[in-house]
Amino acid sequence: MKIGFYPGCSVDGGSREYKESCRALAKAYGIELESVPDWNCCGASAAHNLNRELALALPARILSLAEKAGMTDLLVPCAACYNRLMLTQHELMKDETLRKNISEVTGLEFKGTCSILNVVHWIQKWILPELPEKIKKPFDYKVACYYGCLLVRPHKVLKFDRPEDPQSLDEVMKLIGATPVDWAFKTECCGAGLSVSKTDVVADLSGKIVRDAVYRQADALIVACPMCHSNLDMRRREINGYLKQNVSLPVIYVTQAIGLALGIDRKELGLHRHFVPVNLPEKAEATK
Amino acid sequence: MARIGVFVCHCGENISATVDCDRVAENASGLPGVVHSVDYKYMCSDPGQTLIKEAIKEHKLTGVVVAACSPRMHEPTFRKACAEAGLNPFLCEMANVREHCSWVHEKTESTTQKAKDVVRLLVEKVKRNEALQPIKVPVTKKAVVIGGGVAGIQASLDIANGGHQVLLVEREPSIGGHMSQLSETFPTLDCSQCILTPRMVEVAQHPNITLWSYSEVIGLDGFIGNFTVKIRKKAKSIDEHLCTGCGLCTQKCPVRKIPSEFEQGLGTRPAIYTPFPQAVPNKPVIDKLNCTYYLKGRCKLCERVCPTQAIRFDQPDEIVEVQAGAIVLATGYDIKRTDFFPEYGYGKYKDVIDGLQFERLASASGPTGGMIRRPSDGQIPKNIVFVACAGSRDPAKGIEYCSKICCMYTAKHAMLYKHKVHDGTPYVFYMDIRAAGKDYDEFTRRAIEVDRTKYIRGRVSRIYEKEGKLVVVGADTLLGGQKVEIEADMVVLATASVANPGSEELAQIVHVSYDRYKFFAEAHPKLKPVETNTAGIFLAGACQAPKDIPESVSAASGAAAKVLGLFANDELTREPLVAVVNRMAPPLFSTCIGCFLCQPVCPYNAIEREEFKTRDGKLLKAVARINPGLCQGCGTCVALCRSKSIDLYGYSNKQIYTEVSALLDEALV
Repeated sequence: MKIGFYPGCSVDGGSREYKESCRALAKAYGIELESVPDWNCCGASAAHNLNRELALALPARILSLAEKAGMTDLLVPCAACYNRLMLTQHELMKDETLRKNISEVTGLEFKGTCSILNVVHWIQKWILPELPEKIKKPFDYKVACYYGCLLVRPHKVLKFDRPEDPQSLDEVMKLIGATPVDWAFKTECCGAGLSVSKTDVVADLSGKIVRDAVYRQADALIVACPMCHSNLDMRRREINGYLKQNVSLPVIYVTQAIGLALGIDRKELGLHRHFVPVNLPEKAEATK
Repeated sequence: MARIGVFVCHCGENISATVDCDRVAENASGLPGVVHSVDYKYMCSDPGQTLIKEAIKEHKLTGVVVAACSPRMHEPTFRKACAEAGLNPFLCEMANVREHCSWVHEKTESTTQKAKDVVRLLVEKVKRNEALQPIKVPVTKKAVVIGGGVAGIQASLDIANGGHQVLLVEREPSIGGHMSQLSETFPTLDCSQCILTPRMVEVAQHPNITLWSYSEVIGLDGFIGNFTVKIRKKAKSIDEHLCTGCGLCTQKCPVRKIPSEFEQGLGTRPAIYTPFPQAVPNKPVIDKLNCTYYLKGRCKLCERVCPTQAIRFDQPDEIVEVQAGAIVLATGYDIKRTDFFPEYGYGKYKDVIDGLQFERLASASGPTGGMIRRPSDGQIPKNIVFVACAGSRDPAKGIEYCSKICCMYTAKHAMLYKHKVHDGTPYVFYMDIRAAGKDYDEFTRRAIEVDRTKYIRGRVSRIYEKEGKLVVVGADTLLGGQKVEIEADMVVLATASVANPGSEELAQIVHVSYDRYKFFAEAHPKLKPVETNTAGIFLAGACQAPKDIPESVSAASGAAAKVLGLFANDELTREPLVAVVNRMAPPLFSTCIGCFLCQPVCPYNAIEREEFKTRDGKLLKAVARINPGLCQGCGTCVALCRSKSIDLYGYSNKQIYTEVSALLDEALV
């Protein structure tokens, strides 16, 4: 079984453990993730603030290439890439003139036939059906599922989960044996791109997220976005400075958590690449 | 032979500025059948009308075409003038050369040509007009008011005081509606029950009012002046004539933990209950879903203690048909109270409550005796946050309208809180303060300036519980969007006012239209605010849109005035522009083939089945018949009829066809 795959810059670079865990999961299911040939930047963060045509043309080219390669399902693990691709498809499908103009820019026909899947979609569609019998070691931890902003917003376009109190990650976590905590920061801002330019703001925003997860006694934060991950994980030193305490709460991709439940090797899931070491308490593993 | 008169109006310069009126008149005089044609500066003026009247007499006109404004404007004027001159008013037609011609075109030759064309086709139409007689229908002088809140109470009393019979139908065991739940009312802070309960008693005692509580309207047939209302009187399981309302049964009932609807779930009630002490009628009903006898077949404690043997466990629901001439819908509103606001933790945190719950906490007759205590542990909250616009004015939530009452009641809540908890701090998050009304703005200013409520202009993004406090996270947009976090002991959400559950169903039963929010639709937003599109059915109160008490009462009195106006006549007169299914001699009876496809498309339920039988009762033929009392002349059935058996008076197929032919300048049929 082949499924289209759009890595984007972060999953191909700084967050490669996200890609590794996606691929590891796919492998366990006999799915081959086939990258979009000659893919380019999705334009996230920069393009849509500056130039509408560019902001639409970049994702349109990716989608056209995927269509040309015959991909019907396209997995886009990065929430920002997912958001750009979905918005572009939405804009182009409702305006024929725009579609024509953008096709002229990219030099490729755009049909809008690709079904764009974020990682939770993908898990729901391809991983969940056979999940129960594949679980080797239930992920018996208290987890705080963090959705961030781009996975569920804007609801009008994405039509995914409920934007103010999303549940999809919590549901997936329950299925692998975890206990999602009821907490208040599911969709609060992590600071996003300010990670580089205003690290203190990120320390403040992400710090509050981490603090609440700790207060709710979560063993891990579960994420589905490389940007969220880098702020909560890579910026932990700054967060600790802001919180004036050392927090060892690990930040795990949803794919990694499922991978652990399936008994996939930690290294294959890229768990060794995190800044905050993923040392889940032993007690849970001992009970199972 | 037709003798048509054409009267071309200049409408000052409204028409004559772009249309050459005298040439239009001159041209008309050459049309076949036209015996008289003039133009005049103001045809609707007295001299103008006299011109028409005299011409009718002088030239023995059989038809009149007035080339002027839209028929919506002056058709009644000219038809009346014709009638005064002895011509059947339905032989007068308007050729619209203003809205359809002079106002929308430049002064060119083709504009005048268009005016000529419009006149020509109306001349052809009027030749085929028939003299029609207005339809008379009798009026049953009894009104049914549906809903016994303050609007229904007011409408009932006004109609009853006007000398007519009223049947007030209320779904709950008692009348009173939401107003009876309120603590005090804005902008005067007078006690809600103190002003409402005398009205409730008046309803119960009024000789012209029959009150059926615990009853629902389940069907409606007929038309203005002649409705048949089908009502289900739900079994109360007591004999109302024997019951004295002593309350012994409600005291002894062993099932006591049912969340009270009246207390908004903050208090409990037994299975046999009256909703509140001042209920009207003050006689209990048995809640069959919670009564031990109905659930398990034993108990009957109430039956044993009842001093008058009034308990009737085997009482069935009763379905009654009532004749009425007018209906008033006063079914009120509800508030949003689901997990519609997951970000506010409503339904998750006990101390996040809605406005009606706060009313009960603040009410002297409420579960806390009027002390503001939070539901979770009974503590008196020292920091209380009120969130206005919880759901309202939020396109993302699908409720784009303003719920209207929240700004005022939130200010009232803050004041009531401050009057009871002197050392407490009330905060209000708001979008705008909409306090338009007599003494309203003064009231909200008092909440801010005298009672020191802290008003924060901004929305709340999230409420979460931490260490026993409710953390309210919002923005202060007057401080440049600065983030505000308040640790509150209790939060009150002014949740959106929405249509009552069941309103859509009721609208379909009584055939009135409703808007996308399921509020009943008025016939005209400004000029017919209490009428519906269905003649004889009127609206009162918040079933139409969110309304406060004064507005609901005004609307109710307005609806009552309409009902009284209707009842002032023994017969109703309506325009005879209705559809009719043709009739002919036996054995055909009609060209109608009895397919009845017209029945489901009729928006007014005006199409009935008429059967022709032999003397011994054998069915010869069934054909459609249109009830002229119900038909609104929309013509949908005419367009649909497969055998072309239906025609519309005033707009017959023949007339329309001639008009089109005249326009195309073809040989006339």
